[in-house]
Amino acid sequence: MSTDFKRRQITGRGIPVTGNDIDTDRIIPARFLKAVVFEGLGEHAFEDAKKQNPEHPFNSPAYRGASVLVVGQNFGCGSSREHAPQALMRWGIRAIVGGSFGEIFAGNCVILGIPCLRAPQEDIEWLQREIGRAPQAPITVDVEKQEVRLGDRVIKATMPDGPRNQLVNGTCDSTSVLLEAGAAIEATAGRLPYVKGF
Amino acid sequence: MARTLLDKVWEAHTVRTLPSGQTQLLIGLHLIHEVTTPQAFQMLKELKLKVRMPERTFGTLDHIIPTADQTRPYADPEAEEMAQHMYRNMKDFNLQLFDMSTGKQGIVHVIGPELGLTQPGMTIACGDSHTSTHGAVGAIAFGIGTTQVRDVLATQCLAMAKPKLRQVRVEGALAKGVYAKDVILWIINQLGVKGGVGYAYEYAGPVIEWMTMEERLTVCNMSIEGGARCGYVNPDQTTVDYLRGKLYTPSGAAFDRAVTYWKGVATEPGASFDDVASIDGARIEPVVTWGINPEMSVGVTQSIPSPEAQPEAERPTFREALAHMGFQAGQPIKGARIDVAFVGSCTNGRLSDLRIAAEIAKKGKVAKHVRALIVPGSQQVAKAAEAEGLDEVFRQAGFQWRKAGCSMCLGMNDDKLQGREMSASSSNRNFIGRQGSPTGRTLLMSPAMVAAAAITGTVTDVREILR
Repeated sequence: MSTDFKRRQITGRGIPVTGNDIDTDRIIPARFLKAVVFEGLGEHAFEDAKKQNPEHPFNSPAYRGASVLVVGQNFGCGSSREHAPQALMRWGIRAIVGGSFGEIFAGNCVILGIPCLRAPQEDIEWLQREIGRAPQAPITVDVEKQEVRLGDRVIKATMPDGPRNQLVNGTCDSTSVLLEAGAAIEATAGRLPYVKGF
Repeated sequence: MARTLLDKVWEAHTVRTLPSGQTQLLIGLHLIHEVTTPQAFQMLKELKLKVRMPERTFGTLDHIIPTADQTRPYADPEAEEMAQHMYRNMKDFNLQLFDMSTGKQGIVHVIGPELGLTQPGMTIACGDSHTSTHGAVGAIAFGIGTTQVRDVLATQCLAMAKPKLRQVRVEGALAKGVYAKDVILWIINQLGVKGGVGYAYEYAGPVIEWMTMEERLTVCNMSIEGGARCGYVNPDQTTVDYLRGKLYTPSGAAFDRAVTYWKGVATEPGASFDDVASIDGARIEPVVTWGINPEMSVGVTQSIPSPEAQPEAERPTFREALAHMGFQAGQPIKGARIDVAFVGSCTNGRLSDLRIAAEIAKKGKVAKHVRALIVPGSQQVAKAAEAEGLDEVFRQAGFQWRKAGCSMCLGMNDDKLQGREMSASSSNRNFIGRQGSPTGRTLLMSPAMVAAAAITGTVTDVREILR
């Protein structure tokens, strides 16, 4: 499966999307959920926001080819649509650094091998300014050490242990990990009164 | 030590601790719909995997289906293709589908409780964030992404970290004209859209205890809007009475055994929480959102707040919201002109919601400039409402009476805002573009408030109409 490999460290150019509470409807409007495949979603990431705002970073040639997205608070709140991280991934995003994340979104990202690291507000603002000033500068997102490096600066950035271990150990492919439990699944179900029909 | 419902349900469904430190959690009920499953079934087919517990998996069609003309093939070829995929996948994997021919089709979060599939003490998953709704009966219910849908189909499990638990107490009693929707909108106003991140919410206190099951469903539905991973109400006699006689609840002696189990999963007196928040129910008035996330709301007698009164980090979002909505700081929300009125959705598409809206609809006619839609949450809700003559009440007043579906909550079918239309909506999200037009505007409120706005053409304090 596509995510069956380790994601200890990601290095690439940055792209800043400022503002808090950017929801998954904004990342990918619902009309793009009508496709029965995820292919082709990349070009529609932030579709309406891009149309309404010519200055939107996803419109800017300066950020083309970027892979580290830097965002504000509560990024990806709202709908559980995996189409949101799928669209970002297919656009080229490989790691996200932000103030905080909608939980379903962050979980969907990890399954796709995209780490979502949290950093303090002042560091986020500094990163966004710095990327705007020098979009070509490489940023390293170090999942193992829980830090983000740009130039000489090292920023402490965290993510919960569970998903971090999944990324570092290459066990993001949850289906095969869960299948390993084997008959213990049916055994657990068998102990539940409602499964037995009371 | 006294334990919470979350503790008990989590422990009973734990298969094992994963190497990552997360829990492998058994999912007792998997609900699926046409929009977030085709890719999951495709992955399953590619991996040559079966559905692990087909008897614990149920599907319906809700997100994309038209609510006016449901003749197949659907006029929208993409909707038709999604429906065909759903039919094919449900057949290929031998799963139960509640489609239109069954009379049980509807919004997945309306039909789960209605059919008695949703029961206390269960773990429930569905590829939709409003799965938190099912917590109203005392279940732990998670919205998940499509790859996780694949996980549940293939393994009947999820890899999850146990959330922290916040008890949200609503004290006192509600005033007339104030409804469950106002309660949850006010909770989100007070705790914020980020306030619940990392938490499950246990709703408690006298206001919650007095609520009917349909009201509790409305409250739990919007837990995700407050950032919480899930939300629940402890099962009590109201829960038991609601579940008695439902299609999928046990009957006879098995029902009595079920009741013992259901009541046994409730949080025990003296249990401790990671956090407790308290809201004074008596101070809640009808709530209306004015902005672009569900926290941006005011009481109907209040004015839109100023960005300058906010913490600096929040000001840009506030300014963006004012610009999108075309509102000025300091402007009263009451009197704001609307173009569209929508009663429906998994938040407020149940029979009691339609009854309240109909009560208001009897007092006038839809304003000339307003397009008003009533979309029942399920075929069974529609049938019950029609048996009471509510459809006629609505038609007489100038509302459109539609067939069951998600409709204008997210505008994936033909029910969309046009251009910058302003919508008074009983749904759950006021995000930019949410109701189908990239520039459309949404004011969230209770079904009673939507009906009141429909007949006056502006945001109105429903208490003045009820007086």
